[in-house]
Amino acid sequence: MAGLAAAFGSGAMTNSIADLGEADVALVIGSNTAEAHPIIGIELKRAAKNGTRIIMVDPRRVRLADHAERWVAIKPGTNTAFLNAMMSIILAEGLADHAFIAERTEGFDALRRLIEDYDVDAAAEICGVTAEEIRQVALAYGSAGKASIVYSMGITQHTSGTEQVRAIANLAMLTGNIGRPGTGVNPLRGQNNVQGACDLACLPNCLPGYQPLTERGTLDRFCDYWETDHELPAESGLTLVEMMDAAVAGELKALYIMGENPAVADPNQTHVLEALEALDFVVVQDIFMTETAAFADVILPAATFLEKEGTFTNTERRIQRVRKAVDAPGEALADGEIILRLSRAIGLEMDYETPAEVMREMAEVTPQYGGVTYERLEATGGLQWPCPDADHPGTPILHAERFTRGKGAFAAVDYVPSPEQVDTERPLILTTGRQLWNFHTNTMTDNSPGLAELSDHPYIEMSRADAEPLGICDGDLVEMTSKHGTVTAHAHVGRENAPKRGVVFMPFHFADAPANRVTSSAVDPTSKIPGLKVTAVRITKVKTPSN
Amino acid sequence: MTTTFDTTTLTVTIDGRRIAARTGQTVLEVCRENSIHIPTLCYDPRLKPYGGCRLCIVEIEGLRGYPTSCTTTVADGMVVTTESEALFELRRSVIELLLSDHKVDCLTCQSSGQCGLQDTAYEHAVEMPRFSGELHVEFIESENPLIARDLTKCIMCGRCVRICAEVEGRYVYGFTDRGFDSLPNTPYGVPLHDAYCEFCGQCVSTCPTGALSNKLGKFKGRIWEVEHTETTCGYCGVGCTLDVSTKNGKVIDVTAPLERGVNGGNLCAKGRYGWGYTHSPDRLTTPLVRRDGELVEVTWDEAIAEIAERLTAIRDEHGPESIGGLASAKCTNEENYLFQKVLRAGIGTHNIDHCARL
Repeated sequence: MAGLAAAFGSGAMTNSIADLGEADVALVIGSNTAEAHPIIGIELKRAAKNGTRIIMVDPRRVRLADHAERWVAIKPGTNTAFLNAMMSIILAEGLADHAFIAERTEGFDALRRLIEDYDVDAAAEICGVTAEEIRQVALAYGSAGKASIVYSMGITQHTSGTEQVRAIANLAMLTGNIGRPGTGVNPLRGQNNVQGACDLACLPNCLPGYQPLTERGTLDRFCDYWETDHELPAESGLTLVEMMDAAVAGELKALYIMGENPAVADPNQTHVLEALEALDFVVVQDIFMTETAAFADVILPAATFLEKEGTFTNTERRIQRVRKAVDAPGEALADGEIILRLSRAIGLEMDYETPAEVMREMAEVTPQYGGVTYERLEATGGLQWPCPDADHPGTPILHAERFTRGKGAFAAVDYVPSPEQVDTERPLILTTGRQLWNFHTNTMTDNSPGLAELSDHPYIEMSRADAEPLGICDGDLVEMTSKHGTVTAHAHVGRENAPKRGVVFMPFHFADAPANRVTSSAVDPTSKIPGLKVTAVRITKVKTPSN
Repeated sequence: MTTTFDTTTLTVTIDGRRIAARTGQTVLEVCRENSIHIPTLCYDPRLKPYGGCRLCIVEIEGLRGYPTSCTTTVADGMVVTTESEALFELRRSVIELLLSDHKVDCLTCQSSGQCGLQDTAYEHAVEMPRFSGELHVEFIESENPLIARDLTKCIMCGRCVRICAEVEGRYVYGFTDRGFDSLPNTPYGVPLHDAYCEFCGQCVSTCPTGALSNKLGKFKGRIWEVEHTETTCGYCGVGCTLDVSTKNGKVIDVTAPLERGVNGGNLCAKGRYGWGYTHSPDRLTTPLVRRDGELVEVTWDEAIAEIAERLTAIRDEHGPESIGGLASAKCTNEENYLFQKVLRAGIGTHNIDHCARL
């Protein structure tokens, strides 16, 4: 998000879900769309049937590859080298959109210097693919009238994630694939309301609507509006990973956790557990007794989305209504109601009768939500921000006439190897991700009869080529060790979605075999996203199950 | 590329009404747009026209026989009749034939009240079918926890086969065997799980009879007893529109309204079946405070007072930067806004984050 915001002025998906099918070519890179975003997967499958050329770039043969024209099995963490090589070919073949570059962008010269003489063969070597594969993808994307890029955590969850996103933005701008139907740069958001939580500034470095908190004027305006006595600093707070570090260092004393399970979801689990242990005071507000709640001094019972009113903002920036279908059990309360009670207790008067009243205030202080009201949401079924005023119909495609920041900014970013490199001791690369029947830390799916029974076993997926020399067969119990920890699970060898040689995959959903016990918490220096997609590991066989 | 209709407007006459239509539209689509009812069993707006059930037949001037309206595209000046004595009798015969080998089980069938066959039989006054014949051998797959398949109620409309192929691209079902024995089934009749089924339940959502039904909601409520709430899914970032069916304060089923929202009636396994956690007996139901290492139940007032006291004390002693908050990508916009407001305006810190990066 930080990368895209720097390039375009907005970190959100530029186009809409319905618009994906308009593309002549869709480059899907670092996204297991069919499992993590199944309904967007349906759109892409439909698009493929109607003639859109789908190109998958992923270390695993993810399910959507069945519908793609081509699957390029790239090594985790090498996307920037791949994308730069693509751009080099596009430029050399005369497929760059120079009119667009001249009119709509800035900073191209530095990128041109980088990609003009880019060594495509060396890039192919780094990526573990052939130069011809890169060339074919470059020609397909570069010569398309309308080309779209879809990506997800496979791009961002790297210590060089910001660079990888910049490289994607570069590629789209180089070919003028921005601002029209069937084009764009489309990051898919993993959770139902990540977009909204970002928009409303549950982030340490901005105020609602991504307004800078380093501008004293903006900050003071908020302080006045909120009628607070506190002198808020004009500098960013701590990110999640930084908070864990600060807790271990004894600088952070209290943590209030609303509906998150960092004990399982966050990288380097040992470090997180140490942090939770070190804190003086922990509040956990959740629907279940999660692994994190075990560290809490106070645990508050919250309501699920089926038990409350409000709005979510989806990955295509569409603000939609959430309506209450059932009552919360026992004394459980909606998270909003709990926050209101707490705010009164600490002396901040907040009086809202309904979520609709909160939305009125949000619309006043958040420019993108300026024209959003519950009445309009009821009438339209949803509005895509920016929707600055009551007459604005919402914005299906961003950056149509001009970029949010004015001109699109190129950045000459080159491939930076991950700090996690394979060696003889740890010869395989672990990449983590989601799978279809589980969600995040499994709090919801594991407690849902039916789904829970379909998939209740953690596993490590590997190719036949890697498994055979280790004497590992499908179903064997194996141990995976990194510099950070060890985890044990059953091996899936050479199955449907097997990764390429040299790469192993493990879903991160399972608390009894948490993939994040072996991942590192090293983060991207700009976005602070941890590099979860690349960890050097060793795998050894523990035993063959007897049956 | 989505199907782009030529925007040229044509004029057709349907049951004496002059109606504007677009090139490329089928007669059935124009009728549906204009609230002209034509009975159908094999039609689903998510699927390509099929022309299998023969119930949507109409009369068109200048055309011989009774063309199916779902597969006939409109032409300028076309004159269509959707209701006549002949059409009624033909449709009635089709329904009687369908019923001749149907396990009529409306007493306890989960689909009763939302069954295409039941509705069309009623509409065409089929009290006693003229024909009776062999029934299919009882075939109920129960080796999975979600989808019940009772093919003695199958009418061979092919919607399950087509939605799995056309929309999901999974090809779990195909027609197996020949003649009377032909049924939509998995390869070699293996259980769904072994046929690489994703359990999205799209086949259940399109089945017009009780041949496919959701196990979770079975015997929990009839369609006419449930309340419906339209909301937005709480799993991934797509934001699908859900129709949540509840009875006596419990969710019994989740479906997606056709032609609404980003999903247009489609759902995945999590969205359709992943709601049971909300009624789990393991839900937290009382505020808890740790006293001498043990968690004890307290009232809301006590819990809130304890938090306010401890946070204020920590802030006074170590400064506001010693307090942090993790918001949630699962909570609503309004809740996340209030959360950061309390931390910023109430505590005085920007130490706020959530799992956007994970």
